Amino acid sequence: MDKSKMQILEGSRAAAEAVVLCRPALTVAYPITPQTHIVEDLAKFIADGKLKAEHMEVESEFSAISAVVGGSAAGVRTFTATSSQGLALMHEVLFAASGMRLPIVMQVVNRALSAPINIWNDWQDAISARDSGWLQLYCETAQEVVDTTIQAYKIAEERSVLLPVMVCMDGFFITHTLEPVEIPEQKTVDKFLPSYKPTHAYLDPEKPMTQGPFAFPKPYMELRKQLSDAIDDSDNMVKKVHDEFAKSFGRSYGNGLIDEYKNKGKKIAIITMGTLAGTVREAVDARDDISLVRVRSFRPFPKKDLKKALGGVETVIILEKNIALGTGVGTLYDEVRSALYDEKNKKKILGVVCGIGGSEVTVEDVKNIAEISKKKKDGEVWWLMK
Amino acid sequence: MKEDDLIAPGHRTCAGCGPAIATRMMLRATGKNVVLCQSTGCMEVTTTQYPTTSWKVPWIHVLFENACSVAAGVREALNHQGKEDVKVIAFGGDGGMADIGFRAMSGLFERGHDVLVVIYDNEAYMNTGIQRSGSTPWQAATTTTPSGKISKGKEQWKKDMVAIAVAHHVPYAATASIAFPFDLEKKIKKALEIKGPKFLHIHTPCPVGWYYATEKTVEVAKLAVDSKMWALYEVENGVKKLTYKPKGTPVADYMKLQKRFRHLSEDDIKEYQKRVDENFDKMFGDLK
Repeated sequence: MDKSKMQILEGSRAAAEAVVLCRPALTVAYPITPQTHIVEDLAKFIADGKLKAEHMEVESEFSAISAVVGGSAAGVRTFTATSSQGLALMHEVLFAASGMRLPIVMQVVNRALSAPINIWNDWQDAISARDSGWLQLYCETAQEVVDTTIQAYKIAEERSVLLPVMVCMDGFFITHTLEPVEIPEQKTVDKFLPSYKPTHAYLDPEKPMTQGPFAFPKPYMELRKQLSDAIDDSDNMVKKVHDEFAKSFGRSYGNGLIDEYKNKGKKIAIITMGTLAGTVREAVDARDDISLVRVRSFRPFPKKDLKKALGGVETVIILEKNIALGTGVGTLYDEVRSALYDEKNKKKILGVVCGIGGSEVTVEDVKNIAEISKKKKDGEVWWLMK
Repeated sequence: MKEDDLIAPGHRTCAGCGPAIATRMMLRATGKNVVLCQSTGCMEVTTTQYPTTSWKVPWIHVLFENACSVAAGVREALNHQGKEDVKVIAFGGDGGMADIGFRAMSGLFERGHDVLVVIYDNEAYMNTGIQRSGSTPWQAATTTTPSGKISKGKEQWKKDMVAIAVAHHVPYAATASIAFPFDLEKKIKKALEIKGPKFLHIHTPCPVGWYYATEKTVEVAKLAVDSKMWALYEVENGVKKLTYKPKGTPVADYMKLQKRFRHLSEDDIKEYQKRVDENFDKMFGDLK
């Protein structure tokens, strides 16, 4: 078992420490609030020789992810981090990275999208990239960011997966607050995450390989199907790596895909992601009738696990910092509702769009939502406007 | 085509393709110890129809506008693997490099990666059907700058990419033409011996987009240079040098072979000649 000590660290610092432990060979960054502290800390670690990586400070997020794609295709472990507009600017490259099956890990600091310009937290940025072929793991605490970053490389590089992974964390709530965090020992991480040895993608004049070819409809569709299957099938590896991590480091997050809290014999389950789960936990502790089911893995989407976890409840409330413009509801709501569509015991499924652009969501708000839910009808979705 | 060419026959470029000639010449100069990072475009779609490939060297294509950023990442990754000796080339057309990939190229130059950037310039978006680019010459007709009752084709002068590269203080920037293979190969070899960012802009006529007979590609390329429509020069550590003295053939001789200039009147061509001469004097007058 790992023998690390508890420290009080800013979330960004913890995130950067985790990257160091994973020993990427190439780190590339472009600054954007609220991701900046992560890349500043990382640059300092590299400047001090704590991490021996090639480090590039580039002229845009578009180039940051492009350079990381180049590095990963050349056969090394890579890292970048971004947020909001930066992720939006990367959008085109995200699809190429997954299509080329490159095991890139990127920390995404969740922030609202313009316009109007807003630097605070919600999930519109990463959820807009939901169909890009990346795995998306959402963290509740700085500790989980550390642990998930380490897990992310192991998942991404597994031969059955070979997909890029986003480690998502709420801007400011995680990146700019201090929390007690255990930074694992390097030797334990090295044992858990051996060095990256590419077998499917490299650029070596001794063994020339063509990457990123042109494909006509038939092979294109075949490759797209393979990609889709790989993401669907990655749920087992997310769980397996999570379980292995728990054995080595002594920390776990539900079953790796979802994280249930006091979910036995409850009538109302609240579903959410990220730091909002911490707020919901407090409300769960204060009321006897509600439970928390936190979605940790948004991609792959844990349909089976959610169905199982919600089997006994009568009301499901999806609390999300996201709005799928044009549908009137949040994406998480839509996907949970879809997952529960063929359940025999029909449930009341409600959605609350909250925390948009950094708007406050308190424990009292969650308690109120639980109370209000009793009067609501199935399918109702409302905004928490304060 | 030689058997040991590093681009295999059987690719799907058009008959008389200038960029295909440039690619073959470039690879003869680089040898095997190279990684090509290519932007979307003619030389990409015609050479890698999955699951086949024409490339006998490691080759990567990601998107249209990021070849230079991909190349920078490849370069740093190879360095980390202890393969500093492997040359990295970012390769693309005028659209992919001088227009949409401009930011990535500027970033690569400014950061100083040990990468050679090569543009094959066929002076329009040929792969999508001959639309104008920033590198299309003045008054050339394209499908998006057609000539018409009140239009004489593209209204703007061609973008000066070497000057832009030099403004980034790159140690070596040059132009080349497929009609001058020894000059081209010499420049590639010279560039690859210099550490840091390098730039080579190759003029590569396109029979499909310029509307001339496919067997005339090299002739058209040579006329471009001799008429001063395209100059062969290099800028080494800020010092500019012509590597070929053009004959001063009238631009009309170059233009009359190509339908893209056919709408221009004799007076238009006179004016054109004046501007070409002025431009050449402005660029190279002090070298005389």
